[in-house]
Amino acid sequence: MSVKEINFSCRLPLLVLFISAAIWLVICSALTLIASLKFHSPTFLADISWLTYGRVRPAASNAMLYGFCLQAGLGVALWLLAHLGRTPLAGRGLATLGAALWNLGVTIGVGGILGGDSTGFDTLEMPRYAVVIMFLGYLVLGLWGVITFHRRAQRTLFVSQWFVFTALFWFPWIYTTAEMLLVARPVRGVAQAIIAWWYADNLLVVWLGLVGIATVFYLVPKLLKVELHSHYLALLTFWMLLLFGSWGGIPGGAPVPAWIPALSGAATVLMVIPLIAVTVNIYATTQQIVPKTPYLPGLAPHYLPLDTRRLTLSNSLRFLLFGVFAFFIAGVMRVTSVLADPRPMLRFTWFDFAQNQVQTYGFFAMIMFGATYFILPQLTDTEFPSPKLIRAHFWVAALGIGLLVVPLATGGIIQGFQLMNPTIAPLTVAKNALHFLRVSTLGDLLLLLGHLIFLVNLAGWASGFYRARAAAAFAVMTEDLFKPSEAPAS
Amino acid sequence: MNYGPLIFLAAFFALASSWFGFVLAPQVQVGRLQQTNTLVLSLTYPTARPGLARQGLDVYRASGCAACHTQQVIQTNTVCQVFLTDAGTNQARIRALLENLAGSVEDEMILLIDHSKPILKDATPEGADDLVKALTAAGAKAYRENVALGPDIARGWGKRQSVADDFLYDYPVMLGSQRIGPDLAGVGARLPDENWHLRHLYAPKSVVPGSTMPPYRFLFERRKIEHGASPDAMAVEGDYEIVPATEARELAAYLTSLRADAPLFVAPLTVPPPPPSPATNTSQSSAGVTPGPGEATTNAAPK
Ligand code: HEC
Repeated sequence: MSVKEINFSCRLPLLVLFISAAIWLVICSALTLIASLKFHSPTFLADISWLTYGRVRPAASNAMLYGFCLQAGLGVALWLLAHLGRTPLAGRGLATLGAALWNLGVTIGVGGILGGDSTGFDTLEMPRYAVVIMFLGYLVLGLWGVITFHRRAQRTLFVSQWFVFTALFWFPWIYTTAEMLLVARPVRGVAQAIIAWWYADNLLVVWLGLVGIATVFYLVPKLLKVELHSHYLALLTFWMLLLFGSWGGIPGGAPVPAWIPALSGAATVLMVIPLIAVTVNIYATTQQIVPKTPYLPGLAPHYLPLDTRRLTLSNSLRFLLFGVFAFFIAGVMRVTSVLADPRPMLRFTWFDFAQNQVQTYGFFAMIMFGATYFILPQLTDTEFPSPKLIRAHFWVAALGIGLLVVPLATGGIIQGFQLMNPTIAPLTVAKNALHFLRVSTLGDLLLLLGHLIFLVNLAGWASGFYRARAAAAFAVMTEDLFKPSEAPAS
Repeated sequence: MNYGPLIFLAAFFALASSWFGFVLAPQVQVGRLQQTNTLVLSLTYPTARPGLARQGLDVYRASGCAACHTQQVIQTNTVCQVFLTDAGTNQARIRALLENLAGSVEDEMILLIDHSKPILKDATPEGADDLVKALTAAGAKAYRENVALGPDIARGWGKRQSVADDFLYDYPVMLGSQRIGPDLAGVGARLPDENWHLRHLYAPKSVVPGSTMPPYRFLFERRKIEHGASPDAMAVEGDYEIVPATEARELAAYLTSLRADAPLFVAPLTVPPPPPSPATNTSQSSAGVTPGPGEATTNAAPK
């Protein structure tokens, strides 16, 4: 199977997935900015019910998670399955339909939250009617992913395939469990809270972890034209992530039977193993200078010549390495929050919020940006119009994440200590945190700018591609006009 | 080699184990929780919220109040205290016991002992029980009190930690994850006036100077004044008045219904014993002691 054919098969679905993901990112940023501005003035847009803080905040996080993270993640996952399996993406028309359904579902869901139909469960706020559509969309997309995996021409598996394939069926399992037991036929009492935490952790830590790490394990060595440092370390990462990641998320002191948070806390702490394994593996990979003989000889032929795309490639690499760094930081913050508990109680503060942002923006989104900048030019043989704008995107996004997360984490730690001191009034604690929040608004602004640049880059690339196609089609159609003599001659 | 089925199986088992652990097991343990009886008064607990408050929970959910408010009081520790209510007649024995605790004790001091102050503080349940037993055996009257500790308790957010029982009838359960505002698990006990809540929701700054909570004016409606301004009008604007809409009333009813403070076996609270009367039998002097909750409390306390 030629690389061209594989690329062609991925073109339409991936185009839809990546461009809609970029649009959701901008929507998320706009909503986040509104939420953030409310800390500058509580009355800002307060009288419009659908823009009240308690609705805008979950709407933004859902747009980020389901609109961007899962959508871009699925795009990269499908591409990885097709490429590593050296087989064209199966059912590309239907996969595109799946992407469209998913987007319809997310749109209705985010609208539903703003309209007051949130379910009230963290990360599962989307109302039932949206979930059904979204889930159908996922099934269609995921199914073709599994079929593509099944039909692979290259039977030997690369680690990234393990990660991606597991992620594909992990999501429907956790999602149906949570939706069934929380929305369709709700369980009673705090069992609801436990399931919601279990779901959130499995989505944010395991799903995002699987797809994000699969991407770096494949792309980083490929961009450097070396081999992944250690295949075994990668497999260790895989198992540890599944084993410990899926048990995290339930905070200590919650009003649930004490063994649950205890077990969960232990699993969260043990997550340092995959954390270190990934970091070491990627670091060692970047330190290799001489390309080794490929671990999987079959994979080498479709490597693209580096020199023609050097600028784009090195830009992708920058995003990917930032993502790995953020993965490490996010993990350390998660463990800190568990170990510090209850003195200071970080889990109720901006610190945990900052941790969430490092995981979703710093780690996952950055890796997805890197992957998008790498994958799209291959699909169409059209370059991104301006490598400078890609670089600008990187710096704006990196700075934005820093300005968002550092003040929030610092403010959160201070807030945690003050919440432990009963002589400080709660309102004073809230007010002390405001300074940090207001600085973080700058980070929100920068991220919005970064996402706009991302969208502009994608739009520029798409218009370049279609212009080239139109020109080609025009050339074919007008061929006769320029060669009038041929017709009579034949 | 084709590892496909192997990965599938292994990942399947990894997820299945966490599914059994954190979905099924809690469901078996907490999901089937039944009403219990409160300690001391033996009332049925919890009971479903009254209709209006139940509707209010929906307003709370739809408005996303949980983005800034938790509903879980955290208790960092429990300690016990012992109070002596009647020194009885066996002064020598009592004095020996008290000397053990506090060094030398004068005979008269036993008679003058301040009953409102604990004779033993910061004790373990076992230590406190032993002392109460010894004092009772010597003919005195004494009782043990459990004291919940932690900043949340000190702030008055609740009398004890929140436990699973408190949420049995709520849907959805919104424990919250961020404390931008105070914890609301016991706000109904702290602020029982619905009108206070209505005014607070309409204009937080009007009741809490400098409040950073956003106003919820969209829960209120503008109505033309017909027969004089209504008593619960928040504001009057010419011919119009602003009155709470149904949602605001429901929300206020919900907020005042939030009072998770019943003493339970899993989260004991001591209700002060009946005042000592000479007629009561010595053996009943420890009636206020909650029955053997020490173990349960230490188990439930966060590690
Ligand atoms: C942006 C964050 C935010 C949101 C959203 C929010 N609050 Fe608050 N709330 C606060 C802050 C800060 C305080 C402390 C200042 C005060 O008492 O006004 C507070 C205080 C309160 C108090 C008084 C508690 C006490 O012990 O003094 C109540 C009751 C309350 N909020 C209810 C609600 C309800 C009901 C909603 C949803 C309709 C809500 N809050 C939404 C931030 C918020």
